[in-house]
Amino acid sequence: MGKLIIQDKAVVVPGETLAEGMDYLPGAGTYRLGDKILAEKLGLINIDGRALKLIPLSGRYAPKRNDVIICKVIDVTFGGWRFETNSAYSAMLSVKDATSDYIARGADLTSYFDIGDYVVAKITNVTSQKLVDLTTKGVGLKRLRGGRMIKVNSQKVPRIIGKQGSMVTMIKKATNCNIVVGQNGLIWLSGEPKDEVTAVSAIRMIEANSHIKGLTDKIKDYLGFTGEVGEPEHKEYEHKENEHKEYGHKEYESSQNDDNN
Amino acid sequence: MGYAKRTNNRGFDELRKIEAKTGVIKNADGSAYFKIGNTAAYAAVYGPRNLYPKFLQNPSTGILRCSYNMMPFSGTGERVRPGQSRRSREISLVTEKALLPVVDLKEFPNAVVDVFIELIETDAGSRCAGICAASMALADAGISMKDLVVAISVGKVDDKIAVDLDYDEEAYEGGPVSDIPIAIIPSTGEFSLLQMDGEISKEDLIKALSLCKKVVPKLYEIQKKALSEKYTKSD
Repeated sequence: MGKLIIQDKAVVVPGETLAEGMDYLPGAGTYRLGDKILAEKLGLINIDGRALKLIPLSGRYAPKRNDVIICKVIDVTFGGWRFETNSAYSAMLSVKDATSDYIARGADLTSYFDIGDYVVAKITNVTSQKLVDLTTKGVGLKRLRGGRMIKVNSQKVPRIIGKQGSMVTMIKKATNCNIVVGQNGLIWLSGEPKDEVTAVSAIRMIEANSHIKGLTDKIKDYLGFTGEVGEPEHKEYEHKENEHKEYGHKEYESSQNDDNN
Repeated sequence: MGYAKRTNNRGFDELRKIEAKTGVIKNADGSAYFKIGNTAAYAAVYGPRNLYPKFLQNPSTGILRCSYNMMPFSGTGERVRPGQSRRSREISLVTEKALLPVVDLKEFPNAVVDVFIELIETDAGSRCAGICAASMALADAGISMKDLVVAISVGKVDDKIAVDLDYDEEAYEGGPVSDIPIAIIPSTGEFSLLQMDGEISKEDLIKALSLCKKVVPKLYEIQKKALSEKYTKSD
């Protein structure tokens, strides 16, 4: 009979034994050694039936197909542009994937994207040798003008976006900022300077507390947001959210009162 | 006669006081601090990232690049010349070889993971402290690893086998001394580093290695605690 050694949502380190026996299956971020299942990364364990999956807590961004990322032009070549992607690999955007405009052979491509420009692009393909292809044809894929750019841990991006965009939508509404979150950990904000600062500190708060339960309410209180949070909470991430709701709320209020006094 | 009592009244299988932390260098992708007795190491990991010059790139896997360095003021007081020396290049190399069996960089062809180890204070066992810090920093950087690597020195001071030698013991003049830095992969018990300075008999070497295996779980627990502490802290 297989035996589970760790609990669901436990933080594990590489080499830590997760389960013994053949009843459990090693999922992403874990591996089998003899009849044991061991962790391969630093992360949170997610027990999904018989499968053990590891959600990494740190690590650089690895390009993945269909990810929307924010990247920076580092070179302009004959047939396209080369981008820096905040990962180990640069990405290529060819002219035909960049725009439906007619561009004559040998035309000056810098009138579309110049070196140093930030662009929201979608990854169309990643080869085994990590050659990355991009496209800028699509909704919301464009060159970014003005605003400010911040970098966050790319593993925290899903938390910043929230379930179906609930978290980022809330920040957008509360601060009146335009925000684009790239899967590679680059975030672009544009709005009134004061509001941008509020939004940045909210994002930093999410990044630092991403593993804490009841985070949405904490951020909601921080922003003084009174509207509806668009979508249901992160149920797969935190089962006992309601228990902690009250606590998180009170804690914030009391600290706020201290400031006022 | 012989070597009867260790400094600080340590037992012969007792480690010096250990302090371990991760995430100490904010700009790095992963970092760790490991202090054992008066030997303290910082390790910072950057990457996986672009590797240049291009001829170093390996299309079938990412590579690991380690750099071990002692700070100019770290030793006993006489100034260490900064920069590379024959000794630091050797230790960089063995550190890399000690860590390589656990890290998996297959997912990052042509890229590099850089590990920088700086010793701010040294009192023997610096390469072991460096490897401990580096393996924690690699895990903190989210690198795929089969296991952490635990490193410690054992040796024979005169007639006694002791673990975690300090400088006074390494320099003991009352009899023969051997200093054996080792690195172990805890889950399999395999050695990834085994060096020796001094002299020891075959029987004593085997005894020394089995003694060091006893302290490995202790070191592993310390590393594990330092890594998970960052995320399990209740606020």
